[in-house]
Formats: sequence, C-alpha cells, structure tokens
Amino acid sequence: MSHWTDPDWECRGLVYLDNAETTRLDPAVLDLMEGFMLDKYGVPAGEFGYGLEEEASEAIEQARETIARRINASPEEVVFTSGGTESNNIAILGVARFSYYKGKRLVTSKIEHTSILRILDKLTMQGFEKTLLDVDREGFVNTADLKAHLGDARLLSVQHANQEIGTLQDIAAIGEVARDRGVLFHCDAVQSFAKEKIDVQTMKVDLLSMSSHLIHGPKGVGALYVRDGVKLEPVMIGDEREKGLRPGTPNVAGIVGFAKAVELMTDEDTVRMRVLRDELTESLLAIPDSRLNGPRGERRLCNNVNVSFRYVEGEAILMHLDLRGLVVNTGSACYSQKLEPSHVIRAIGGTLEESHSSTRFSLSKWTTRDELLYATETVKEVVEKLRAQSPLTRKVSQPS
Amino acid sequence: MSETSLAKRFGYSEKVMDHFKNPRNIGVMEDADVTSKVGSVACGDLIKLYLKFDPEQNDRIKEIKFESYGCAANIATSSMMTEMVKGKTIDEARKVTFKDISETLGGLPRIKLHCAVLSRQGLETAFLKYEAKRGRVKIDESFVNKILRGVLEPVQGVDIISAKLLESAAVEGKKIMLGLKAKPDSELAKSLDEDIRDAFEGLDVELDLNFKE
Repeated sequence: MSHWTDPDWECRGLVYLDNAETTRLDPAVLDLMEGFMLDKYGVPAGEFGYGLEEEASEAIEQARETIARRINASPEEVVFTSGGTESNNIAILGVARFSYYKGKRLVTSKIEHTSILRILDKLTMQGFEKTLLDVDREGFVNTADLKAHLGDARLLSVQHANQEIGTLQDIAAIGEVARDRGVLFHCDAVQSFAKEKIDVQTMKVDLLSMSSHLIHGPKGVGALYVRDGVKLEPVMIGDEREKGLRPGTPNVAGIVGFAKAVELMTDEDTVRMRVLRDELTESLLAIPDSRLNGPRGERRLCNNVNVSFRYVEGEAILMHLDLRGLVVNTGSACYSQKLEPSHVIRAIGGTLEESHSSTRFSLSKWTTRDELLYATETVKEVVEKLRAQSPLTRKVSQPS
Repeated sequence: MSETSLAKRFGYSEKVMDHFKNPRNIGVMEDADVTSKVGSVACGDLIKLYLKFDPEQNDRIKEIKFESYGCAANIATSSMMTEMVKGKTIDEARKVTFKDISETLGGLPRIKLHCAVLSRQGLETAFLKYEAKRGRVKIDESFVNKILRGVLEPVQGVDIISAKLLESAAVEGKKIMLGLKAKPDSELAKSLDEDIRDAFEGLDVELDLNFKE
C-alpha cells in the first residue's frame, strides 16, 4: 500500500527519499508491537517463567528464527542488540579483546560506516594496528589487494552495502579469502539486510551486523550474527541473556517488531525498488554536468542513487529541496557538523567538488513513481536555480 | 509543510533563510570597475563580487553584485553584505565587520561564521584591487599578503597564510613570486594555483607560483 492511499498516513506533503538514514515504521509492525507493550508486557525470565514471561520468551525465540532464516543461519547464532552501531561494537571490540594475543592487526575498507572506522581508531590508540583497504572508482574492494594486505590480520571487516553510494561488495569472494587465511570476517550489513540476499554460509561470514529501522522496523533494535564457535569478549557486563553479549532486559516489543518488519520485506519490494532506482538514476543524469557515484545494476544496493551536480554545493541544494518538501541527503562538508567532506566520495577518487555536491536519494518499499517524478523535477529546478547564481557555471559552455 | 525543519536543524534565522531564498544583488555585472573572487571550490565556499564606484562622490559604491558557490549561509551573508555596503564610500564600508553582517542577519550558527568572514574578505579584496588599479596603493609584499587572505586552504577552510602554506612572497616590478607548500601537481597545488590566479585576476601583474613539498 502506498502511503498516499494509506489511511493511517498523516500526509505532511513530504517526499521522503532519505530511507538510508531511517524509515517510517510499517503500521502492521506497530500493531503487533502495541500488543507486546500493553498486554503481553512480560520479559523472559529464569527457568521458572510462566504466563507473561512465557509469551515474551516464545515471541523472542520466534523472532530469532525469522532473522536467522533470512540469512541462512541457525537461531542460536543470532544475538539481539540495540542496532547497527551496537552490533558493530560487540563484534569488533569483542574479537579484538578476546583474542588480543592472537594478533593485533585489524583490516577494513576506507568507505565503511563511521562506527566501524571510529572503533578501529579507538583500538589503534589501545595498541592495535589497522589497515584501511583502498576501493576503486565504484567503491569495490579489490580481492587481490585484500590478499596482499590480509597477512597476519586478526579480523577483517567489510560492509555489504555502502551507506552513501550503494556499492554491494562481493562478500562471498571476500569471505573466501578471509576463511582461507584463517582471518575472522565481520560484515556490516546494516544497509542491505532484508533488501539484498544474504547467506552467511556461502558468503563465509563469521559476524554480521543487522538493523531494524532501515526496513520499516522500530528504531533501537538490531541483531548480530555470531557464527557458532566464534568467541567474543562481552562489551557490556550483566546477566547471561543473549549469550551474555547483550545482557539486560530485552526490548521485547522492538525485537518482535523487527522480525515482523523483516517478514514484510519481500523479494518483490527489492525488484520494484531496483526498477525505480534505475528510472530515477536515468532522469537525474539527464541533468547536464551530473555524475553517478557508485556502480550500476545488480552490484548496487536496490534503493540507493547518488549523484553529484557540478558548480553547485550540496547544503544549498538540500535546503532548497527541504523548502519544497523533498528530503534527501548530501556528502557536502558544509552539511556535516564537522565541516568534513564525505570520506566515501573522497575514497573512490571523487574531487572535493564532487563530494560537496554529492546528493543521496534512498528509496523505501513505499516509494512511488509519482514521488520520483516530483523529486526529479524539483532537483532539476533547484540545480538550475543555484547554477544561475554560481560563478563556476560561466566557465563552461551553457547547457543547450 | 516542513518549511523550516532543516533550517531549524542548522540554526538558521528567518532572515538568513529569506536572503538564501531571495538573494539581493545576485548576478553578474558586465562593466564592473573591479571584481574579486575569494574562497575555493575545493572548500565548498566561494564568492565572486562585482563592484562599480562613483568617483565623483568619493568612490561611493554605486553598484554591487555577487555570485555564490556555497551553502545557504554563504549565499545569505554575501547577500546581506552587499545590501549593507551599497551606497557607502570605501571608508564607510570598511567599517562594516563580519560580526555586523552576522548580527544583521539575526546571528549565524557558530560553524557558519566563516561565511560572514569570507564575504567581508571578498569586499576587502575588491577594495584593495580597486585602489591598486587607481595607483593609490603599491603592489608590494604587504598588498600581496592582504589579497592572499582571501585564498583558502581547502580542508580546514582557513586562509593560506594562517594555514602556513605560504612560504615566501616577493614582488619585483609586475612580477609576484610566491613559494607555496604543496606537492607539485597535487590536488591541493591545482586548487591553490587556480584560486591564487583568480584572486589577482584583473590586476596588471605576472604570477610566478612555486610549489614545493
């Protein structure tokens, strides 16, 4: 159901294309969650649980099965967390601290999510060594390069889909290299989970981070796949819940909602988003002096489009789009609180100008063709307006 | 409508948004007495100013226009600056500070104050160039230093003198020789080369830029 026809949707006149940032909760998920907050509000307790506690326990175990099935894991290998960042922390800090005597080198790519890069920065200060892998013009890690740099590493962490430019790494090939070398492999699949196919067996992944709020599930919940036999030192200390890796009272309603959201994301959603993504890409690239950041086709995340528009700056684009009810995102330095340009666009060899004007459009399962038509027309108008004000435009021949 | 949701997040005042949406004095001037270009594409912050003076009236600013490549604050501060100095003499206009520009706009978020500084620097560069063209100031090392205050180091966004990228500056007749700390042919060197040439554009000088790591 489109949110235009959804009676529950309070129409705010927004065209929201920032679904890589967060998504709107699916009303069906909310329905289910409400029951677990108002009626079945128990939490799984000790072995003498009954009634409310049993209900909660069963619901969580069912949710665990749903998540596990989606990535071809067994339920015992799934740990519920508070989201992607927490999963990344539990995985990387967990490996590093458990087995620091086994090796101090951690390898990742230059285009990972900030949480991964910062965890590695922190560990570097504590005596670990990090290696950052280069990526090519489309954002891909080169497996030959990976082999050359993996050496005595303890852990390799490579994301499945990139948060800005949608590059879908060949995780199976990367996992193969890591497994061959006996290096533990963590994959941050926050952007791709439940949207793109993930099989932890064929991909040879040891640890995999997932999140709920990017697939119309509630915020504040996620999961970490921990392959049977992989040992982690807990980051948080408490009871034995979630294998002692995520102690404390579980977020029952959140977990139940997360699993429901996963069930509600279908292959058809992925296929439809892919078609719309390609249509949006083509219509945006029809704007003169624009450039697609990241790859095309099957090697790109189904809901991501990222385009740089020359001679204009991203924050100004966003501000004008916001005034016209269109929500997108940018890699511009001016837009970031630290005034730093996108590390992803820089790592793929994009110029500073390209990073300042890189504009990300991320679709949801509800995004309609009409919304994308509006988006294209609006972006075109705004880019033209800003180009008319820009001293850089004059240097080149005016588009005919 | 989400009219101000993003503006709020940035802490932009209504006045900033008004000048961003409807910039005053925007555009090109074909017959300007002087132009100035400060900031850098690499930094995401650049303005070009066009000025026309009235020599009969103590060089009052008769017309001023600007073009912008930059964020909403860049556009708004330049727009406000042009409004504030239009009709003023050079001496009067020089009394307008970047703080005045920011305050007249109802304040700027702290991380955007540099935009007001940049628009003010653009004005100063234009005045210096005008005075040099009129033969009122000599093109010497001190002049060169003042002009270079409008050229930015792209990552930190501070001027290249504060960023310690300028190693040496010498003037011999029309020749300006600058020693700059940047790897030859690097992205930084290319950006500096372009920006420095832009900064002196329109002046009867020859630039000799020497990049060394």
